[in-house]
Amino acid sequence: MIKPINDNEIKIIIAGFGGQGVVLAGNVIAKAAMLEDKNVTLMVSYGAEMRGGTANSTVVISHTEVASPYVEIPDIAVILNRPSLDRFEPVMATGGILVLNTSLVNRSVKRSDLKAAAIEATDIARQLGAIRSANMVALGALAEATGLLKPDSLIQTVRDMFEEKKPQFVEINIRALRAGMEAVHV
Amino acid sequence: MNSTTEKLFIKGNEVMCEAAVRAGCGFFAGYPITPQNEVPEYMSWRLPEAGGVFLQAESEIAAINMLFGAAATGTRCMTSSSSPGISLKQEGISYIAGAELPCVIANIQRGGPGLGNIRGAQGDYFQATKGGGHGDYRLIVLAPATCQELWQLTMNAFDYADYYRNPVLILGDGILGQMTEPVKPIPYKPIVELPEKDWILNGCKGRKPRVIRTLFLHPSDALTQHNQHLQEKYQKIHQELKLVEQVNTEDAKLVVTAYGSTARIAKGAIQMARRKGMKVGLIRPIALWPFPDQAYLSALGTAKKILVCEMSQGQMIEDVRLACQCKCPVEFFGYGGGWYPTPEKIFDRIQAVYEE
Repeated sequence: MIKPINDNEIKIIIAGFGGQGVVLAGNVIAKAAMLEDKNVTLMVSYGAEMRGGTANSTVVISHTEVASPYVEIPDIAVILNRPSLDRFEPVMATGGILVLNTSLVNRSVKRSDLKAAAIEATDIARQLGAIRSANMVALGALAEATGLLKPDSLIQTVRDMFEEKKPQFVEINIRALRAGMEAVHV
Repeated sequence: MNSTTEKLFIKGNEVMCEAAVRAGCGFFAGYPITPQNEVPEYMSWRLPEAGGVFLQAESEIAAINMLFGAAATGTRCMTSSSSPGISLKQEGISYIAGAELPCVIANIQRGGPGLGNIRGAQGDYFQATKGGGHGDYRLIVLAPATCQELWQLTMNAFDYADYYRNPVLILGDGILGQMTEPVKPIPYKPIVELPEKDWILNGCKGRKPRVIRTLFLHPSDALTQHNQHLQEKYQKIHQELKLVEQVNTEDAKLVVTAYGSTARIAKGAIQMARRKGMKVGLIRPIALWPFPDQAYLSALGTAKKILVCEMSQGQMIEDVRLACQCKCPVEFFGYGGGWYPTPEKIFDRIQAVYEE
């Protein structure tokens, strides 16, 4: 397991292209943290994003009141595609953690201080028959690799979020989370 | 249902809407603009569901004038926009203030001047607190720093508006509007005993007609009288409303002061300073008008310096200087146009100022 250096306040960014579910992923992390009674904020990039460009959401989890929901220097980045790695690798905190969707990131990490966990999120999601759940595969990998959130909190959150309005997505998303937990390489 | 589902996890903009609905808001008119678009979106389904009326107006100007009408009927009403849209509303706000009608206006500030950009900013402090429209009038200006406080202050805003018969402005920014954090949905309870609305226009069958107006031509001193009356009301508000949070000011050698999102970020910086043994405190005005002058004077017992932080080129600093009556140096840290502070950036400035 790779632990974040500063575990008092952890700044997380989830980045990918529009449609990969970075907003949903941010929501799941934040609500799972809320379930664990942690202080948490979520902020989603808004406005001047382009189709095909990168989208991101940021989550801050803290033992005390969160000072700023806006993240400039992430401790952890969930990177769902190559352009997101190019954009966020240079700004990561020293010793930060990358969770890489190696299905769509075709280069290795340049900075030697960063720690990386690899997960073929898109391929695994495709094998599960639900390519859109690659975000959940990546979140499973994040939980397993960093211990940031309890697997049960994530699973419970997904259940709470989908049960009422889209019950058909509960099981597939939970399967995707579990697959990510099992397949991650640290 | 588990224990934490009692808490809401919705965006700042939506927190404000839900609180407004639960405080009995019965009418909303607005026009879309980033970063407050979730407000009309949420109100468009939520308000009718709660028995109220939502109207997407043809412009910001129309929306504020619809509020003028709705407020005259005694209905709790609200509009919201972001900086350029709030500029458009200024004429209507002046009329509403002149007619002494209660309503709630939200400004989720973005970068300016002009069309600016869509990032959060605090460049509308002057406009919010010093007038904005024409004539001698004041708005009660509330500046929440967290989603929880946004919930509470939105509810309070309707009470202040009704109690004082005055428009209330909620001055947020793009960070607060766009961020999501857990909120405990505390039920609405009036914070003051609300007077009967014996001035509303609801049909005069069986009673004398009433008039709500902003034009005072006769006698020749009528408008001066009216202005005197307004000033007396503003003085009363100034005496009664002292909304301020103070953190670690008792022994502070340096007092940082900020409002809204900047203040919550500054709090993080102050904790960093305290961990290094530096005596730093925070004064956070919760109301920007009336400005909590007294908090600054009291802090000057120990404080040798004040550091004002804003997401602007420096606006609230003028009120801080007035409040300090030139008794100590007042430093500034901030930029406009969508620049965001971080606890680290503010801490660096604290260190520089503290050691001088």
